Amino acid sequence: MTLTPRRLLTALFASLAIGVSPAFADGLADITERGVLKVAVPQDFPPFGSVGPDMKPRGLDIDAAQLLADKLAVKLELTPVNSTNRIPFLTTGKVDLVISSLGKNPEREAVIDFSAAYAPFYLGVFGPDDAAITSLDDLDGKTISVTRGSIEDIELSKVAPKGATLKRFEDNNSTIAAYLSNQVDLIASGNVVMVAIAERNPKRVPVMKLKLKDSPVYVGVNKNETALLDKVNAIIAAGKADGSLNAVSEKWLKQPLPADL
Amino acid sequence: MAYQFDFIPVLQNVDLLLQGAGFTLALTAVGTLLGVGLGIIGAVLRAWRIKPFNTLFGVYVELIRNTPFIVQLFFIFFGLPALGVRLTEWEAAVLAMVINLGAYSTEIIRAGIQAIPHGQLEAAAALAMSRVETFRYVVLRPALAKVWPALSSQIIIVMLGSAVCSQISTEELSFAANFIQSRNFRAFETYLVTTLIYLAMAILIRQLLAWFGRRFIQGAR
Repeated sequence: MTLTPRRLLTALFASLAIGVSPAFADGLADITERGVLKVAVPQDFPPFGSVGPDMKPRGLDIDAAQLLADKLAVKLELTPVNSTNRIPFLTTGKVDLVISSLGKNPEREAVIDFSAAYAPFYLGVFGPDDAAITSLDDLDGKTISVTRGSIEDIELSKVAPKGATLKRFEDNNSTIAAYLSNQVDLIASGNVVMVAIAERNPKRVPVMKLKLKDSPVYVGVNKNETALLDKVNAIIAAGKADGSLNAVSEKWLKQPLPADL
Repeated sequence: MAYQFDFIPVLQNVDLLLQGAGFTLALTAVGTLLGVGLGIIGAVLRAWRIKPFNTLFGVYVELIRNTPFIVQLFFIFFGLPALGVRLTEWEAAVLAMVINLGAYSTEIIRAGIQAIPHGQLEAAAALAMSRVETFRYVVLRPALAKVWPALSSQIIIVMLGSAVCSQISTEELSFAANFIQSRNFRAFETYLVTTLIYLAMAILIRQLLAWFGRRFIQGAR
Protein backbone atom coordinates (compact mmCIF):
# COMPACT_ATOMS: atom_id res chain seq x y z
CA MET A 1 0.00 0.00 0.00
CA THR A 2 1.42 3.32 -1.04
CA LEU A 3 1.17 6.16 1.34
CA THR A 4 -0.80 8.81 -0.50
CA PRO A 5 -1.51 12.07 1.20
CA ARG A 6 -5.19 11.17 1.37
CA ARG A 7 -4.50 7.85 3.07
CA LEU A 8 -2.08 9.53 5.44
CA LEU A 9 -4.73 12.05 6.44
CA THR A 10 -7.32 9.35 6.92
CA ALA A 11 -4.95 7.38 9.08
CA LEU A 12 -4.14 10.50 11.04
CA PHE A 13 -7.76 11.30 11.72
CA ALA A 14 -8.47 7.70 12.62
CA SER A 15 -5.65 7.64 15.14
CA LEU A 16 -6.73 11.04 16.48
CA ALA A 17 -10.25 9.72 17.00
CA ILE A 18 -8.86 6.75 18.93
CA GLY A 19 -6.47 8.93 20.84
CA VAL A 20 -9.05 11.51 21.78
CA SER A 21 -11.88 9.27 22.82
CA PRO A 22 -10.51 8.30 26.28
CA ALA A 23 -10.27 11.98 27.19
CA PHE A 24 -14.02 12.17 27.13
CA ALA A 25 -14.29 9.10 29.30
CA ASP A 26 -14.49 9.20 33.07
CA GLY A 27 -11.11 10.37 34.38
CA LEU A 28 -11.80 8.93 37.82
CA ALA A 29 -12.53 5.47 36.39
CA ASP A 30 -9.32 5.70 34.33
CA ILE A 31 -7.27 6.45 37.42
CA THR A 32 -8.68 3.57 39.43
CA GLU A 33 -8.31 1.20 36.49
CA ARG A 34 -4.73 2.34 35.88
CA GLY A 35 -3.92 2.26 39.58
CA VAL A 36 -1.86 5.43 39.19
CA LEU A 37 -2.70 9.07 39.88
CA LYS A 38 -0.64 11.44 37.76
CA VAL A 39 -0.17 14.84 39.35
CA ALA A 40 1.70 17.95 38.20
CA VAL A 41 3.63 19.49 41.11
CA PRO A 42 6.01 22.45 41.40
CA GLN A 43 9.69 21.91 42.00
CA ASP A 44 10.88 25.50 42.29
CA PHE A 45 8.48 27.01 44.80
CA PRO A 46 9.21 26.06 48.41
CA PRO A 47 7.46 25.30 50.70
CA PHE A 48 4.86 24.13 48.16
CA GLY A 49 7.28 22.13 46.11
CA SER A 50 11.04 21.87 45.86
CA VAL A 51 13.70 19.28 45.33
CA GLY A 52 14.81 17.71 48.60
CA PRO A 53 18.34 16.68 49.57
CA ASP A 54 17.55 13.18 48.26
CA MET A 55 16.71 14.71 44.85
CA LYS A 56 13.05 13.79 45.30
CA PRO A 57 10.31 16.42 45.15
CA ARG A 58 9.00 17.49 48.51
CA GLY A 59 6.63 20.09 49.85
CA LEU A 60 3.04 20.89 50.69
CA ASP A 61 1.76 20.16 47.20
CA ILE A 62 3.52 16.81 47.11
CA ASP A 63 2.02 15.84 50.48
CA ALA A 64 -1.42 16.95 49.32
CA ALA A 65 -1.02 14.84 46.17
CA GLN A 66 0.04 11.87 48.29
CA LEU A 67 -3.03 12.34 50.47
CA LEU A 68 -5.28 12.23 47.41
CA ALA A 69 -3.54 9.16 46.01
CA ASP A 70 -3.82 7.35 49.35
CA LYS A 71 -7.53 8.11 49.61
CA LEU A 72 -8.05 6.92 46.04
CA ALA A 73 -6.01 3.83 46.92
CA VAL A 74 -3.75 4.25 43.90
CA LYS A 75 -0.06 4.90 43.35
CA LEU A 76 1.18 8.46 42.92
CA GLU A 77 3.15 9.58 39.92
CA LEU A 78 4.60 13.10 40.10
CA THR A 79 5.38 15.31 37.11
CA PRO A 80 7.45 18.40 37.90
CA VAL A 81 6.08 21.51 36.20
CA ASN A 82 6.63 25.24 36.38
CA SER A 83 4.09 28.01 36.64
CA THR A 84 3.81 28.51 32.88
CA ASN A 85 3.36 24.92 31.75
CA ARG A 86 1.28 23.54 34.63
CA ILE A 87 -2.10 24.16 33.00
CA PRO A 88 -1.08 22.86 29.53
CA PHE A 89 0.10 19.64 31.20
CA LEU A 90 -3.43 19.19 32.54
CA THR A 91 -5.39 20.21 29.46
CA THR A 92 -3.36 17.94 27.17
CA GLY A 93 -4.07 14.98 29.44
CA LYS A 94 -0.47 14.38 30.52
CA VAL A 95 -1.56 14.55 34.13
CA ASP A 96 -4.87 13.92 35.93
CA LEU A 97 -4.58 16.79 38.37
CA VAL A 98 -2.56 19.95 38.90
CA ILE A 99 -1.54 20.46 42.51
CA SER A 100 0.90 23.25 41.96
CA SER A 101 0.08 26.18 44.28
CA LEU A 102 -2.52 27.16 41.71
CA GLY A 103 -4.55 30.28 42.45
CA LYS A 104 -7.98 30.89 40.99
CA ASN A 105 -8.73 33.62 38.45
CA PRO A 106 -11.34 34.07 35.71
CA GLU A 107 -8.86 33.41 32.89
CA ARG A 108 -7.91 30.06 34.38
CA GLU A 109 -11.52 29.21 35.25
CA ALA A 110 -12.38 29.46 31.58
CA VAL A 111 -9.92 26.65 30.81
CA ILE A 112 -10.04 24.29 33.78
CA ASP A 113 -12.11 23.57 36.87
CA PHE A 114 -11.00 24.17 40.43
CA SER A 115 -11.56 22.04 43.49
CA ALA A 116 -12.12 23.39 46.97
CA ALA A 117 -9.08 25.21 48.40
CA TYR A 118 -6.58 22.91 50.10
CA ALA A 119 -4.05 25.39 51.52
CA PRO A 120 -3.89 29.09 52.40
CA PHE A 121 -1.88 31.59 50.39
CA TYR A 122 -2.17 35.22 51.32
CA LEU A 123 -0.44 38.51 51.91
CA GLY A 124 -0.88 40.14 55.26
CA VAL A 125 0.53 42.05 58.18
CA PHE A 126 2.37 39.81 60.62
CA GLY A 127 3.74 40.51 64.05
CA PRO A 128 4.73 39.11 67.42
CA ASP A 129 2.23 36.94 69.25
CA ASP A 130 1.43 39.59 71.88
CA ALA A 131 0.86 42.54 69.51
CA ALA A 132 -2.80 43.54 69.77
CA ILE A 133 -3.67 44.18 66.15
CA THR A 134 -7.21 43.32 65.14
CA SER A 135 -8.13 46.05 62.68
CA LEU A 136 -6.39 48.47 60.33
CA ASP A 137 -6.88 51.26 62.89
CA ASP A 138 -4.61 49.38 65.31
CA LEU A 139 -1.73 49.99 62.89
CA ASP A 140 -1.79 53.64 63.99
CA GLY A 141 1.56 54.53 65.57
CA LYS A 142 3.16 51.25 64.46
CA THR A 143 6.11 50.80 62.15
CA ILE A 144 5.80 48.11 59.51
CA SER A 145 8.54 46.82 57.25
CA VAL A 146 7.58 45.99 53.70
CA THR A 147 9.40 45.30 50.46
CA ARG A 148 9.19 48.33 48.21
CA GLY A 149 7.00 47.95 45.14
CA SER A 150 5.64 44.53 46.16
CA ILE A 151 1.91 43.78 46.01
CA GLU A 152 1.74 43.99 49.81
CA ASP A 153 3.38 47.44 49.66
CA ILE A 154 0.78 48.67 47.16
CA GLU A 155 -2.12 47.12 49.09
CA LEU A 156 -0.97 48.31 52.51
CA SER A 157 -0.18 51.81 51.24
CA LYS A 158 -3.80 52.06 50.12
CA VAL A 159 -5.37 51.05 53.42
CA ALA A 160 -2.89 51.91 56.18
CA PRO A 161 -3.96 54.72 58.54
CA LYS A 162 -2.01 57.99 58.47
CA GLY A 163 -0.31 57.28 61.79
CA ALA A 164 1.25 54.05 60.57
CA THR A 165 4.85 54.23 59.39
CA LEU A 166 5.77 52.04 56.46
CA LYS A 167 9.47 51.33 56.23
CA ARG A 168 10.18 50.22 52.72
CA PHE A 169 13.17 48.04 51.98
CA GLU A 170 14.81 46.97 48.78
CA ASP A 171 14.24 43.24 49.04
CA ASN A 172 12.60 40.53 51.12
CA ASN A 173 15.76 39.83 53.07
CA SER A 174 16.11 43.41 54.32
CA THR A 175 12.41 43.49 55.14
CA ILE A 176 12.79 40.33 57.21
CA ALA A 177 16.07 41.53 58.79
CA ALA A 178 14.39 44.76 59.91
CA TYR A 179 11.69 42.74 61.65
CA LEU A 180 14.05 40.22 63.21
CA SER A 181 16.38 42.94 64.51
CA ASN A 182 13.44 44.70 66.17
CA GLN A 183 13.75 47.77 63.96
CA VAL A 184 10.03 47.59 63.21
CA ASP A 185 6.93 46.44 65.10
CA LEU A 186 5.32 44.49 62.29
CA ILE A 187 6.07 43.05 58.88
CA ALA A 188 3.88 42.98 55.79
CA SER A 189 4.55 40.00 53.56
CA GLY A 190 3.20 36.65 52.40
CA ASN A 191 2.55 33.60 54.56
CA VAL A 192 5.19 31.73 52.55
CA VAL A 193 7.82 34.27 53.65
CA MET A 194 6.86 33.58 57.26
CA VAL A 195 7.91 29.98 56.70
CA ALA A 196 11.34 31.20 55.63
CA ILE A 197 11.54 33.18 58.88
CA ALA A 198 10.41 30.16 60.88
CA GLU A 199 13.23 28.13 59.42
CA ARG A 200 15.86 30.73 60.26
CA ASN A 201 14.65 32.19 63.51
CA PRO A 202 11.99 30.00 65.14
CA LYS A 203 11.90 32.18 68.26
CA ARG A 204 10.41 35.24 66.62
CA VAL A 205 8.05 33.75 64.06
CA PRO A 206 5.53 36.46 63.20
CA VAL A 207 1.88 35.47 63.37
CA MET A 208 -0.85 36.75 61.09
CA LYS A 209 -2.54 39.93 62.27
CA LEU A 210 -4.35 41.33 59.25
CA LYS A 211 -5.01 39.87 55.84
CA LEU A 212 -4.31 42.15 52.86
CA LYS A 213 -4.92 39.88 49.91
CA ASP A 214 -6.21 36.34 49.92
CA SER A 215 -5.43 33.88 47.15
CA PRO A 216 -5.71 30.30 48.45
CA VAL A 217 -4.53 27.42 46.30
CA TYR A 218 -6.73 24.87 44.55
CA VAL A 219 -6.42 21.56 42.78
CA GLY A 220 -6.83 22.00 39.03
CA VAL A 221 -9.08 19.47 37.26
CA ASN A 222 -9.94 19.22 33.58
CA LYS A 223 -13.32 20.54 32.44
CA ASN A 224 -16.18 18.00 32.27
CA GLU A 225 -14.57 15.67 34.80
CA THR A 226 -17.40 15.96 37.30
CA ALA A 227 -16.85 12.57 38.91
CA LEU A 228 -13.17 13.26 39.48
CA LEU A 229 -13.82 16.80 40.71
CA ASP A 230 -16.47 15.57 43.15
CA LYS A 231 -14.13 12.89 44.44
CA VAL A 232 -11.27 15.37 44.92
CA ASN A 233 -13.59 17.75 46.73
CA ALA A 234 -14.84 14.94 48.96
CA ILE A 235 -11.28 13.96 49.87
CA ILE A 236 -10.34 17.60 50.59
CA ALA A 237 -13.45 18.02 52.77
CA ALA A 238 -12.60 14.81 54.63
CA GLY A 239 -8.99 15.94 54.97
CA LYS A 240 -10.13 19.20 56.53
CA ALA A 241 -12.52 17.36 58.86
CA ASP A 242 -10.09 14.70 60.10
CA GLY A 243 -7.13 17.08 60.45
CA SER A 244 -4.88 15.44 57.86
CA LEU A 245 -4.79 18.54 55.65
CA ASN A 246 -4.23 20.62 58.76
CA ALA A 247 -1.19 18.49 59.56
CA VAL A 248 0.17 19.15 56.07
CA SER A 249 -0.31 22.90 56.58
CA GLU A 250 1.34 22.77 60.01
CA LYS A 251 4.26 20.84 58.57
CA TRP A 252 5.02 23.12 55.63
CA LEU A 253 3.46 26.49 56.48
CA LYS A 254 4.02 26.35 60.27
CA GLN A 255 0.43 27.38 60.82
CA PRO A 256 -2.97 25.70 61.10
CA LEU A 257 -5.42 25.68 58.23
CA PRO A 258 -7.62 28.80 58.45
CA ALA A 259 -11.16 27.94 59.50
CA ASP A 260 -12.69 29.88 56.60
CA LEU A 261 -10.69 28.12 53.88
CA MET B 1 9.17 49.82 19.55
CA ALA B 2 10.22 53.28 20.62
CA TYR B 3 10.02 54.12 24.30
CA GLN B 4 7.45 56.80 25.04
CA PHE B 5 9.00 59.28 27.42
CA ASP B 6 6.62 60.62 30.00
CA PHE B 7 7.87 62.89 32.74
CA ILE B 8 4.42 63.75 34.09
CA PRO B 9 4.30 60.85 36.62
CA VAL B 10 7.69 61.96 37.95
CA LEU B 11 6.83 65.64 38.06
CA GLN B 12 3.63 64.82 39.94
CA ASN B 13 5.86 63.43 42.69
CA VAL B 14 8.43 66.20 42.56
CA ASP B 15 7.53 67.22 46.13
CA LEU B 16 8.69 63.78 47.30
CA LEU B 17 11.99 64.23 45.45
CA LEU B 18 12.54 67.70 46.86
CA GLN B 19 11.73 66.52 50.37
CA GLY B 20 14.20 63.67 49.86
CA ALA B 21 16.81 66.11 48.59
CA GLY B 22 16.25 68.22 51.70
CA PHE B 23 16.84 65.20 53.92
CA THR B 24 19.97 64.29 51.96
CA LEU B 25 21.33 67.80 52.50
CA ALA B 26 20.45 67.69 56.20
CA LEU B 27 22.12 64.28 56.59
CA THR B 28 25.20 65.61 54.80
CA ALA B 29 25.34 68.77 56.91
CA VAL B 30 25.18 66.91 60.22
CA GLY B 31 27.50 64.18 58.94
CA THR B 32 30.03 66.75 57.70
CA LEU B 33 30.12 68.82 60.90
CA LEU B 34 30.55 65.84 63.18
CA GLY B 35 32.69 63.87 60.74
CA VAL B 36 35.21 66.67 60.11
CA GLY B 37 35.24 67.39 63.87
CA LEU B 38 36.10 63.75 64.48
CA GLY B 39 38.68 63.97 61.70
CA ILE B 40 40.42 66.97 63.30
CA ILE B 41 40.66 65.18 66.64
CA GLY B 42 41.93 62.03 64.94
CA ALA B 43 44.45 63.97 62.84
CA VAL B 44 45.93 65.75 65.86
CA LEU B 45 46.20 62.52 67.83
CA ARG B 46 47.78 60.78 64.88
CA ALA B 47 50.14 63.65 63.91
CA TRP B 48 51.50 64.07 67.44
CA ARG B 49 51.47 60.31 68.09
CA ILE B 50 49.60 60.70 71.35
CA LYS B 51 49.45 57.22 72.91
CA PRO B 52 47.35 55.16 73.00
CA PHE B 53 44.94 57.13 70.85
CA ASN B 54 47.14 57.25 67.76
CA THR B 55 47.09 53.45 67.52
CA LEU B 56 43.37 53.41 68.25
CA PHE B 57 42.66 55.90 65.49
CA GLY B 58 45.03 54.03 63.19
CA VAL B 59 42.95 50.86 63.59
CA TYR B 60 39.74 52.85 63.17
CA VAL B 61 40.96 54.50 59.97
CA GLU B 62 42.11 51.22 58.44
CA LEU B 63 38.92 49.44 59.47
CA ILE B 64 36.61 52.05 57.96
CA ARG B 65 38.62 52.88 54.86
CA ASN B 66 38.96 49.22 53.93
CA THR B 67 35.33 48.15 54.27
CA PRO B 68 32.32 49.10 52.14
CA PHE B 69 30.03 51.85 53.39
CA ILE B 70 26.92 49.73 52.91
CA VAL B 71 28.33 46.97 55.11
CA GLN B 72 29.12 49.53 57.84
CA LEU B 73 25.58 50.85 57.52
CA PHE B 74 23.98 47.38 57.66
CA PHE B 75 26.14 46.48 60.65
CA ILE B 76 24.91 49.54 62.53
CA PHE B 77 21.26 49.17 61.55
CA PHE B 78 20.70 45.41 61.38
CA GLY B 79 23.63 44.14 63.44
CA LEU B 80 23.83 46.33 66.53
CA PRO B 81 20.28 45.53 67.75
CA ALA B 82 21.63 42.06 68.56
CA LEU B 83 23.83 43.80 71.16
CA GLY B 84 20.89 45.81 72.44
CA VAL B 85 21.79 49.03 70.61
CA ARG B 86 18.80 49.95 68.50
CA LEU B 87 19.09 53.11 66.39
CA THR B 88 16.43 54.55 64.12
CA GLU B 89 17.22 54.62 60.42
CA TRP B 90 18.15 58.34 60.71
CA GLU B 91 20.47 57.84 63.66
CA ALA B 92 22.06 54.87 61.94
CA ALA B 93 22.51 56.86 58.72
CA VAL B 94 24.09 59.85 60.50
CA LEU B 95 26.31 57.61 62.62
CA ALA B 96 27.52 55.67 59.59
CA MET B 97 28.27 58.90 57.70
CA VAL B 98 30.11 60.45 60.65
CA ILE B 99 32.19 57.32 61.20
CA ASN B 100 32.95 57.08 57.51
CA LEU B 101 33.85 60.72 56.94
CA GLY B 102 35.72 60.80 60.26
CA ALA B 103 38.10 58.11 59.07
CA TYR B 104 38.80 59.69 55.68
CA SER B 105 39.14 63.23 57.03
CA THR B 106 41.50 62.02 59.77
CA GLU B 107 43.98 61.00 57.11
CA ILE B 108 43.35 64.02 54.89
CA ILE B 109 43.84 66.54 57.71
CA ARG B 110 46.80 64.62 59.14
CA ALA B 111 48.53 65.02 55.81
CA GLY B 112 47.89 68.77 56.03
CA ILE B 113 49.28 69.00 59.56
CA GLN B 114 52.39 67.02 58.70
CA ALA B 115 53.03 69.24 55.70
CA ILE B 116 53.56 72.25 57.98
CA PRO B 117 57.27 73.13 58.13
CA HIS B 118 58.75 72.67 61.56
CA GLY B 119 60.24 76.13 61.41
CA GLN B 120 56.76 77.58 61.44
CA LEU B 121 56.18 76.08 64.91
CA GLU B 122 59.53 77.42 66.09
CA ALA B 123 58.59 80.83 64.77
CA ALA B 124 55.34 80.69 66.76
CA ALA B 125 57.31 79.81 69.88
CA ALA B 126 59.71 82.68 69.20
CA LEU B 127 56.75 85.03 68.97
CA ALA B 128 55.57 83.76 72.38
CA MET B 129 52.23 82.53 71.02
CA SER B 130 50.27 80.40 73.45
CA ARG B 131 49.72 76.71 72.72
CA VAL B 132 46.09 77.34 71.77
CA GLU B 133 47.02 80.23 69.48
CA THR B 134 49.77 78.19 67.90
CA PHE B 135 47.43 75.29 67.28
CA ARG B 136 44.70 77.49 65.87
CA TYR B 137 46.67 79.86 63.64
CA VAL B 138 49.91 78.02 62.92
CA VAL B 139 48.75 74.41 62.73
CA LEU B 140 45.07 73.90 62.08
CA ARG B 141 44.21 76.75 59.75
CA PRO B 142 47.19 76.33 57.39
CA ALA B 143 46.70 72.56 57.50
CA LEU B 144 43.02 72.85 56.54
CA ALA B 145 43.90 75.43 53.89
CA LYS B 146 46.34 72.98 52.30
CA VAL B 147 43.88 70.07 52.16
CA TRP B 148 40.64 72.00 51.70
CA PRO B 149 40.03 70.84 48.08
CA ALA B 150 40.62 67.21 49.05
CA LEU B 151 38.36 67.54 52.08
CA SER B 152 35.63 69.19 49.97
CA SER B 153 35.75 66.30 47.52
CA GLN B 154 35.44 63.80 50.35
CA ILE B 155 32.38 65.62 51.69
CA ILE B 156 30.78 65.46 48.23
CA ILE B 157 31.56 61.75 48.08
CA VAL B 158 29.86 61.23 51.42
CA MET B 159 26.84 63.20 50.24
CA LEU B 160 26.57 61.04 47.12
CA GLY B 161 27.25 57.93 49.19
CA SER B 162 24.30 58.74 51.42
CA ALA B 163 22.16 57.35 48.59
CA VAL B 164 22.98 53.96 50.06
CA CYS B 165 21.04 54.91 53.21
CA SER B 166 17.84 54.28 51.26
CA GLN B 167 18.61 50.61 51.82
CA ILE B 168 17.73 50.91 55.49
CA SER B 169 14.52 52.81 54.68
CA THR B 170 15.98 56.27 55.35
CA GLU B 171 13.73 58.45 53.25
CA GLU B 172 16.36 60.58 51.52
CA LEU B 173 16.57 61.41 47.82
CA SER B 174 17.41 57.94 46.51
CA PHE B 175 14.65 56.45 48.60
CA ALA B 176 12.18 58.91 47.08
CA ALA B 177 13.44 58.02 43.60
CA ASN B 178 13.16 54.27 44.21
CA PHE B 179 9.73 54.77 45.74
CA ILE B 180 8.42 56.75 42.78
CA GLN B 181 9.97 54.28 40.35
CA SER B 182 8.30 51.36 42.15
CA ARG B 183 4.91 53.02 41.69
CA ASN B 184 5.04 54.27 38.11
CA PHE B 185 7.81 52.06 36.63
CA ARG B 186 9.19 55.14 34.88
CA ALA B 187 12.81 54.23 35.62
CA PHE B 188 14.48 56.38 32.98
CA GLU B 189 12.56 59.54 33.77
CA THR B 190 12.71 59.11 37.56
CA TYR B 191 16.43 58.45 37.71
CA LEU B 192 17.24 61.13 35.16
CA VAL B 193 15.51 63.75 37.30
CA THR B 194 17.16 62.31 40.42
CA THR B 195 20.58 62.40 38.79
CA LEU B 196 20.10 66.04 37.90
CA ILE B 197 19.09 66.85 41.47
CA TYR B 198 22.20 65.09 42.82
CA LEU B 199 24.35 66.95 40.30
CA ALA B 200 22.83 70.28 41.32
CA MET B 201 23.36 69.48 44.99
CA ALA B 202 26.97 68.44 44.45
CA ILE B 203 27.73 71.67 42.56
CA LEU B 204 25.95 73.69 45.24
CA ILE B 205 27.91 72.04 48.05
CA ARG B 206 31.19 72.45 46.16
CA GLN B 207 30.53 76.17 45.65
CA LEU B 208 29.48 76.57 49.26
CA LEU B 209 32.61 74.84 50.54
CA ALA B 210 34.82 76.83 48.17
CA TRP B 211 33.30 80.05 49.46
CA PHE B 212 33.65 78.91 53.07
CA GLY B 213 37.29 77.99 52.45
CA ARG B 214 38.12 81.35 50.87
CA ARG B 215 36.27 83.32 53.50
CA PHE B 216 37.31 81.56 56.72
CA ILE B 217 40.23 79.25 56.06
CA GLN B 218 42.42 80.13 53.13
CA GLY B 219 41.70 83.86 52.88
CA ALA B 220 42.10 85.09 56.45
CA ARG B 221 45.71 84.43 57.15
